[in-house]
Amino acid sequence: MREAYDLYLGLRRAARLMVGVPDYDTYVAHRRLNHPEEPVMSYEEFFRFVQDRRFDGSGPPRCC
Amino acid sequence: MNRVLSGAAWVAAVALLVVSAAVIALSRGETINALWIVVCAVCAYMVAYRFYGLFIARRVVGLDPARTTPAMRHNDGLDYVPTDKYVLFGHHFAAIAGAGPLVGPVLAAQMGYLPGVLWILVGAVLAGAVQDFIVLFASTRRDGRSLGDMVRMEMGPVAGVIALIGVMLIMVILVAVLALVVVKALVGSPWGTFTVFCTIPIAMFMGVYGRFLRPGRIAEMSVIGFVLLMAAIVLGQPVSESPTLAPLFTFSGEALALMIIAYGFCASVLPVWFLLAPRDYLSTFLKIGAILALAVGIAVVQPHMQMPSVTRFIDGSGPVFSGALFPFLFITIACGAVSGFHALISSGTTPKMLENETQARLIGYGGMLTESFVAIMALIAACILHPGVYFAMNSPPALIGTDAATAAQTIASWGFAITPAELEQIARDVGESTILSRAGGAPTLAVGMAEILSGLIGGRGLMAFWYHFAILFEALFILTTVDAGTRVLRFMIQDLLGTAVPAMRNTQSWGANLVATSLAVGAWGYFLYQGVIDPLGGINTLWPLFGIANQMLAAIALTVCTVVLFKMKRQRHAWVTILPTVWLLICTLTAGWQKLFHPDPRIGFLAHADGFSQALAEGRILAPAKSAAEMSRVIVNDYVDAALTGLFMAIVVAMVVFGVIWVRRALATPGVTVNEVMGGQAPAGARHA
Repeated sequence: MREAYDLYLGLRRAARLMVGVPDYDTYVAHRRLNHPEEPVMSYEEFFRFVQDRRFDGSGPPRCC
Repeated sequence: MNRVLSGAAWVAAVALLVVSAAVIALSRGETINALWIVVCAVCAYMVAYRFYGLFIARRVVGLDPARTTPAMRHNDGLDYVPTDKYVLFGHHFAAIAGAGPLVGPVLAAQMGYLPGVLWILVGAVLAGAVQDFIVLFASTRRDGRSLGDMVRMEMGPVAGVIALIGVMLIMVILVAVLALVVVKALVGSPWGTFTVFCTIPIAMFMGVYGRFLRPGRIAEMSVIGFVLLMAAIVLGQPVSESPTLAPLFTFSGEALALMIIAYGFCASVLPVWFLLAPRDYLSTFLKIGAILALAVGIAVVQPHMQMPSVTRFIDGSGPVFSGALFPFLFITIACGAVSGFHALISSGTTPKMLENETQARLIGYGGMLTESFVAIMALIAACILHPGVYFAMNSPPALIGTDAATAAQTIASWGFAITPAELEQIARDVGESTILSRAGGAPTLAVGMAEILSGLIGGRGLMAFWYHFAILFEALFILTTVDAGTRVLRFMIQDLLGTAVPAMRNTQSWGANLVATSLAVGAWGYFLYQGVIDPLGGINTLWPLFGIANQMLAAIALTVCTVVLFKMKRQRHAWVTILPTVWLLICTLTAGWQKLFHPDPRIGFLAHADGFSQALAEGRILAPAKSAAEMSRVIVNDYVDAALTGLFMAIVVAMVVFGVIWVRRALATPGVTVNEVMGGQAPAGARHA
C-alpha cells in the first residue's frame, strides 16, 4: 500500500516536472530551512511564477 | 551468486539480440513479425547501456560519485534541485521527445525498413546517446551552462557566436518544417482541421481555469482538456460529413500556411498561461500516453512488416525524398539516431537537477536510447502498411497524379501492386476523402498507428477515430513547438539586435517584442510558404535542410565534447566522440554538397535554379509557377536554400577548425586545461526566488 502511494507520488512529481512545475513541497522545505525570515510563495503564487518562467527564453528551446 | 546470475542474464540478452538480428537478416522475401525488430532493438539498447554506456561513464569521462553537482551547490528549491533519477529521466525524456523521431523514420521507410532500423540502432548507440550523455556530463561540471556558453568557455568567443548563429538557423528551419508537416496533414481534411482548431479554445479554457478558477490544478485541467479533445475528435466526423460545415473547415495548403503563420504570431505575443502553457500540458501528457499506447499496441497486435527490407529507391530515385542512401538516409533520420537539438536540452534544465554525476548515464545515455526506440516504433508503424498505400500517401501529385486510378497504376509500375479500390477503401476507413499525396510523415504514421491501435481497441470501426487521434496528437505537439520555437527565436533575435540597439533587448517592451516576433515569424513563415507551394511537396526540400542543420548541430556538440576530453587529458578515449563527429561531418558535408551542386534538379538547388532560369529565358513557364514573376520567385527560393546550405556547411567546417586548434593547444599544454567549476566554489550568480 505504502509502495503504491509512493509510486503515485513519484509519478505525480515526474508528470509535473515534465510540464515545468517543480515539486512545491521541496521548495517550501528549502525556503523554511534556508531562508526562515523570508516569505514563502503560496502554491498558487508558486504555480503562476513557474508557469510564466517556463517559456521566458531563459530555458532551453523545445525539441524537434 | 548474484554476479553469476547477472552474467547469465547478459549472455541471454546478447543471445536474444543475435537471434533477433539473424531473423531480421535471414528473412529474405517474406514478411517478418514487427516484434522481432522490437526485441532486437531492446536487446541492443540493453547491451549498449550496460557495456558501452558504462565504459563511457567509467573510462571515457570518469564520472565521480563523490563530486557535488550544481543541484547540490546551488540548491534553491526551484531550478537547482537534487531530483530523483527516475523523475528526472521523465523530465529529460519529455523534453527531448518531439516530432522529429516520428517523422524522419516514416520518410526513410521508402528505402525499406532495414537501412532505417540499422541506422537508428547504430546511430543512437554510437552517436546520439554518446552526445546526449557527454554534453550532460560536461554541462553538469560547468554549473549547468548551456551549449553556447560551453562553446564560448572551451573554444573562445568567436566559436561561441558561430554556434549561436547555427542554433538560430536550425530553429528557423525546424519550426518551418514542422509547421509544414501540420499543413500537409490538414489540407483538404475538414475532420482533422476541425479538431486541431478546437484545441485553441480548449487550451484557452484550460488556461483560464488553471490560472484563475482553480490555480495550479494541473491534473484537473488536463483531464478536462483531454475529455474536450476526445469530444472534438468525435464531433469532427459529423462536421466532415455535413455539407454546410465541412467546407468551413476545408482549406488549401496556402490558406493553412497563412493561418499557421498568423497563429504563430498571435500565440507568441499572448501571455503564456493563456494558450501556450495549457497546450503544453495536453501535448506533453498526450505524447507520453500515445508513445506508451503504441508500444503496448505493437507488443499485443504483433503486426507484420509489409514493406520490403530494402527497396529499389536506395539508388536515390525515390518519390518521398530525393537522394541516394548515402548520405540522405542519415540526414533524413536525424532525431532518433542522433539529434543535435538534444545537446541544447542536455545542457539546459536537466544538469541543474542531477542528484549525482553517475546518474548522467541513465538520463543522458538511457534517455536517448528511449527516444531511439520511439523512432523504431514510428518506422514499424510506417512499414506495416501496404507499400502501395505508403507510396500513395507520400508521393507528390507531380509523380502519381491526383486520382486513385492513376496513382495505383504508377505505384504498381514501381513494383508495389495495389488497386484503386484498395486506396479508396483505406481513405474511407480513416474518414478522409483521399489519402493520395499526404506527404510529411504525419498522416502515414497516423494510418499506421490507427492500424495498430484499432487492433488493440475497437477494430476497423474505430480506425477513423484513431487516425484523427494520431493526427491530433502530432499536430498538438508540433504546434506547441511552433509557439515555443517562435518565442525562443524572438528572444534570440532581441538579444542579437540588442547588441546594436540596446532598446531591443527589453523583453517587456511591446515595440521590441513585436519587431522581434515579426522577424521570427517572417523567417520561418518564408520557408513554410515556399514549402507549401513546392510541386514536389516541400518536405522534399525542407526535410533534408532540417536534417543537415540538426546533424550540423550534433557535429558542433560532439566537437565540444572532444575538445573537453582532450583538455581533461582523457584523449586516450577521445575516439568515442571523434568517431561520430567524423561520420556526421562526412554525412552533412556530402549531403550539403549534393544539395548545392548535384546535377539532378530534384536534389541540387542550383541545378533546379538553372532549369528554371533557362526556361524563363526561353519564355516557358514551369510548374508550380504560373507566371514569369512566379518563375523568378522559385529561382530566388532556390538561391536562398542554396545559401542556407552553404552557410550550414561553413558553420560546421569553422567549428571543426576551432576544435582542431583547441585540441592541438590542449595537447601542447602539459596540465589539465578544462574550465570546470569545482566543488567548493561560490554560486555563479546568486539565484533569486
